[in-house]
Amino acid sequence: MSASAAIASTGGVRTNEARTAPAVDVADLRVAFGKVQVVDGVDLALERGQALALIGESGSGKSVTLRALLRLFPEGRSRIEGRIHVAGRDVQALTRRQLADFRGRDVSMIFQEPLLAFDPVYTVGRQITEAILRHERVSKEDARRRALALFERVRIPSPERRLDNYPHEMSGGMRQRAMIALALACRPQVLLADEPTTALDATVQIQVLLLLRELQRDLGLTIVLVTHDLGAAVEVADRIAVMYAGKIVETGTARQVVLDPHHPYTIGLLRSRAEGALAKGARLQTIPGSPPDLAARPPGCPFAPRCFLAEHRCHGEMPPAREIAPGHRVACWHADEASVAYRVGPTPVRAAEPASPGPPGRPSEQGV
Amino acid sequence: MLLYTLKRLLYVTPVAFGVSVVCFLLVHLAPGDPLSAVLPADATQQTIDEMRAAYGFDKPLPVQYLIWLWHVLHGDLGTSIATGRPVAAEVGRAVVNSLILAAVATAIGFTFGTLFGFVAGYHRNSAADRAASALSVFGVSVPHYWLGMVMVIVFSATLGWLPPTGAGPDGSGNWRPDLDHLRYLILPAVTMSVIPTGIIARTVRALVADILSQDFVEALRAKGMDERGVFRHVVRNAAPTALAIMGLQLGYLLGGSILIETVFAWPGTGFLLNAAIFQRDLPLLQGSILVLAMFFVALNLLVDVMQTALDPRIERA
Repeated sequence: MSASAAIASTGGVRTNEARTAPAVDVADLRVAFGKVQVVDGVDLALERGQALALIGESGSGKSVTLRALLRLFPEGRSRIEGRIHVAGRDVQALTRRQLADFRGRDVSMIFQEPLLAFDPVYTVGRQITEAILRHERVSKEDARRRALALFERVRIPSPERRLDNYPHEMSGGMRQRAMIALALACRPQVLLADEPTTALDATVQIQVLLLLRELQRDLGLTIVLVTHDLGAAVEVADRIAVMYAGKIVETGTARQVVLDPHHPYTIGLLRSRAEGALAKGARLQTIPGSPPDLAARPPGCPFAPRCFLAEHRCHGEMPPAREIAPGHRVACWHADEASVAYRVGPTPVRAAEPASPGPPGRPSEQGV
Repeated sequence: MLLYTLKRLLYVTPVAFGVSVVCFLLVHLAPGDPLSAVLPADATQQTIDEMRAAYGFDKPLPVQYLIWLWHVLHGDLGTSIATGRPVAAEVGRAVVNSLILAAVATAIGFTFGTLFGFVAGYHRNSAADRAASALSVFGVSVPHYWLGMVMVIVFSATLGWLPPTGAGPDGSGNWRPDLDHLRYLILPAVTMSVIPTGIIARTVRALVADILSQDFVEALRAKGMDERGVFRHVVRNAAPTALAIMGLQLGYLLGGSILIETVFAWPGTGFLLNAAIFQRDLPLLQGSILVLAMFFVALNLLVDVMQTALDPRIERA
């Protein structure tokens, strides 16, 4: 396995890496829980100040990939292999103590459901000052002042009073802002966001996304955003990586991936968005089938059983990632056909059907 | 907080009233005539009627209740039929003894219960967890009078380390906090503590396991908190429930320790109730049940107020 080689080669070689290296540099990341390989060879590279969105459906391994950047798993129950360099540190090489110092200071995280991510019996302000006091030698008063400034920064109204609120006394949007304030408390370089808008109302979602975008620009933050919402990804991210069954199947700039998708799964995601399909009488397109069982992974491309372009080779051989344009990589044997199929027209899937093995109309188009 | 406490105090009034009615009626529901126990078998009808009138048993029940309540509100629980002494004094002394025993047993139980519970909750399905679980199941299921007798056999009869019965060397039934009296407390307290140890251990184990599986623990680790920092949060989250369980256990032990108090001849409420029941001592029975019930009410109030102080969601939600 190349993972061990990758670890070995990065030991002491790159000493001045902290300054020049990318903020996130992950190579051949593999995460397994017991016998289940949840993340299966992921490569990620992200420059400082950039935002990357990891998108995919539930169980695609995107949240696990995100947590691997902090090694945020129960000890002994997971196996993480591969190279993980974040904010200039080799995360795999950190001791327990170093890891605790690293978390929240260099890299911090915001969560899907802020009501559950705050301890219910402490005030929000106290939980922010706790993080500051954990990482820095400052007085309680200074920590409190910092927390207040953070609340102002994320635009929480009447911040002084809100610091003394308990999590359940805030609205969902305000809680997520408070969560962001907490994450920024120790001025981290990298912010990891695990579906930060999924639990929020649609009107609040956009506010939180805009706030993230603004903070990224103002503070030079590097953001890794996990989401299943393409709209959210486009709003915040410079780059998008599409994950399926623990692998990245397509990655590129946000424009490349959304406007010029080359992987049938990306195309499926784009087509299954409600926005494009809500003309009266139109059917919402879906991707047929469901993701594979990761414990019994078939050989070949994991998407092949659901793909409208799949043929014999797809079922037997995993396609390697191929660069089709600068920075745009796709892992598909039929990337060009898929791209053509997407561009042809409103129902390009039909036009592409001669290439697909299934009977006409069945494999890719299914009413809800 | 103060407002909440006052409000809870107000709510207690109807509860206390209901409790007093139940206490009063409960005793009257029991079959048999209380006076038959104290009067000689050949007492004339006239003597019986006079005694009835003296104790007020000749009046209709609601009137009896109101008279009784009136006296109770003035601190007069009546006179014991068996001993002729005021019930309030008898019950008062017994309550103090029981309280000492129950408090010490609960303290022991809380200490070991939380210890076992935390170890088991933190290391679920480990050998330590299984050992702690086995111990707590043993604590909850072992018959306590039997355990008490075993303790007496081992530590008094065989080893001769501790006295088997009574509350003190003089046999007066007044426990005092000195070394001599402490020796009398150890066996009953340890025997009794087995119950709360088991219950608290099981509750705390479930609590800790639940708290550790919550999202905010992951979030705490993500912001760099070490195990000690996480532990503080776990304790703070477990505290309200653990304290509530402890308070209820204290209440149960106060009233529910008849068997243990009898085994060790500990002059507490259990012992007193036992005597009152066998002697059909109606005023004593009513008085001690009432006092015990009121203890429960007060204890619940205390636990409620404490929980509110510890868990902000209860009051404000």
